[in-house]
Amino acid sequence: MTSLPEKTDRKLGLVIDLDTCVGCHACVISCKGWNTENYGAPLADTDAYGADPSGTFLNRVHSYEVQPESGPAQLVHFPKSCLHCEDAPCVTVCPTGASYKRVEDGIVLVNESDCIGCGLCAWACPYGAREMDPTAGVMKKCTLCVDRIYNENLPEEDREPACVRTCPAGARHFGDFADPESDVSKLTAERGGMDLMPEQGTKPVNKYLPPRDRDIDVLAPLLEPVAEDSKGFLGWLDKTLSKVGGA
Amino acid sequence: MHPAPSVIIFTSLSGLGFGLLFWMGLGVLAPTGWVAFAFFTIAYLLAVGGLMASAFHLGHPERALKAFTQWRTSWLSREAWASVLALVTMALYGAGLVFFASRWAVLGYLGAALSLATVVTTAMIYTQMRTVPRWHNATTPGMFLSFSLGGGALLAGQVTLASWLLPFAGLALVAHWVMGDRALAGSGTTLASATGLGDRGTVRSFEPPHTGTNYLLREFVHVVGRKHSVTLRVIALLSGFVLPVLILLAGAGHVLAAVAVLLHLVGVFASRWLFFAEAEHVVGLYYGKR
Ligand code: SF4
Ligand code: SF4
Ligand code: SF4
Repeated sequence: MTSLPEKTDRKLGLVIDLDTCVGCHACVISCKGWNTENYGAPLADTDAYGADPSGTFLNRVHSYEVQPESGPAQLVHFPKSCLHCEDAPCVTVCPTGASYKRVEDGIVLVNESDCIGCGLCAWACPYGAREMDPTAGVMKKCTLCVDRIYNENLPEEDREPACVRTCPAGARHFGDFADPESDVSKLTAERGGMDLMPEQGTKPVNKYLPPRDRDIDVLAPLLEPVAEDSKGFLGWLDKTLSKVGGA
Repeated sequence: MHPAPSVIIFTSLSGLGFGLLFWMGLGVLAPTGWVAFAFFTIAYLLAVGGLMASAFHLGHPERALKAFTQWRTSWLSREAWASVLALVTMALYGAGLVFFASRWAVLGYLGAALSLATVVTTAMIYTQMRTVPRWHNATTPGMFLSFSLGGGALLAGQVTLASWLLPFAGLALVAHWVMGDRALAGSGTTLASATGLGDRGTVRSFEPPHTGTNYLLREFVHVVGRKHSVTLRVIALLSGFVLPVLILLAGAGHVLAAVAVLLHLVGVFASRWLFFAEAEHVVGLYYGKR
């Protein structure tokens, strides 16, 4: 059903920490690995070893340079996967009912056996979170690893999304945003978690934590020179060299 | 957006076909017998041919029937219903004219309304896309409707109607360009809002996520050269609207009227190519491509 639920019991999603992400792309690879072997059609690669390789991914990492008015530019690595929006435009445009948002946990999924591959849902998503698989002819998107998080065959510590589990920097967190006491809710509140493109009205569930300010330089005071005028041999050398250099 | 030939052909031809069906349903022309048969054949070839072309666009055409299920929310599903209902209704109406030489007016009005509704649903598929600011305004349905009505009148041989409606369609096209050229800037969506980093400084795409291309870049990031776009706009306007109207006003015979129809078709194709190729999807911002 492509009507959106009025309200979902839980709001599962991710917090992505732009401060700690080091841009290693490990989440990209673990996501592709898990999702190509498990739920749904595999994620195709075309011309993988040729001149024009291209592939389907559910998670990608951009890098941006932010130039403040003064001071050095900052590099921000920016992972992006489906944000499991509350007002998901990708769901309501779907003519077949293949795209849907689950009432129990708010995960946005595609039922691949109903998908006709019209591509309209990818048009409707402002974030580029959906990709049409060229081989299977159906729409692929992040499943929030629905086949891991509830999977009792996995050890408990693995019952979280593959990207979260694999991130070496701890830049991705998974949890329930409907519960104000959950880790993800607290993190979002503490660090000013933000929505991407709020003006698009999608009400994303996933939140992004902005990079911390870099203006506190802890080491600088400790590295100040302690003695301005050196004495003895070094003092003589300093003066002589300054004279020779004309300074 | 990627200007896919199948979608350009579909929207152009079926728009014309349903426009012709609309005027026939209204009874503006009510031929009977073989003449009616010829008119209906042309209308159905255009409308159904367009629909078939769009089916080639699908990853799984064999599941197309499923597209009828979500009419409550999806304009694409509504389009499926409207087109089938319009085609069935107009086929019955046409059978009356062709085989019984009688005009079942109520059926005709219903068919005309459904034909117009089909064009509206097609237009709304694009208009609803907030992600494509150039489409997300009233000029999109305005353009689709006026094209269909004007082109339909031209095909129906209605000189007076067509010479009123075609200039109107040309104006709608210009309005679409004028509003469209400032739509992305006016939408408020920028790389700053896309990344949420705008209040820290100027954001620039430093490195894309992949070295090759991907579905998103192929489908959504199509950049048309400025020179190209101006040339095509001139062709679309002249060939699609100005010349056909001049021919009609000069009092065309059958041959010249056919030329006017062909010119119009070329103009519609050019404008529809631009409609897709010039449309900036906001996802391009993430790639620093706007
Ligand atoms: S991020 Fe895109 S695909 Fe995911 S729910 Fe939102 S609109 Fe849909
Ligand atoms: S591509 Fe599939 S999931 Fe997306 S709108 Fe079309 S039918 Fe629905
Ligand atoms: S939650 Fe799963 S499917 Fe989604 S980006 Fe992470 S690994 Fe990929």
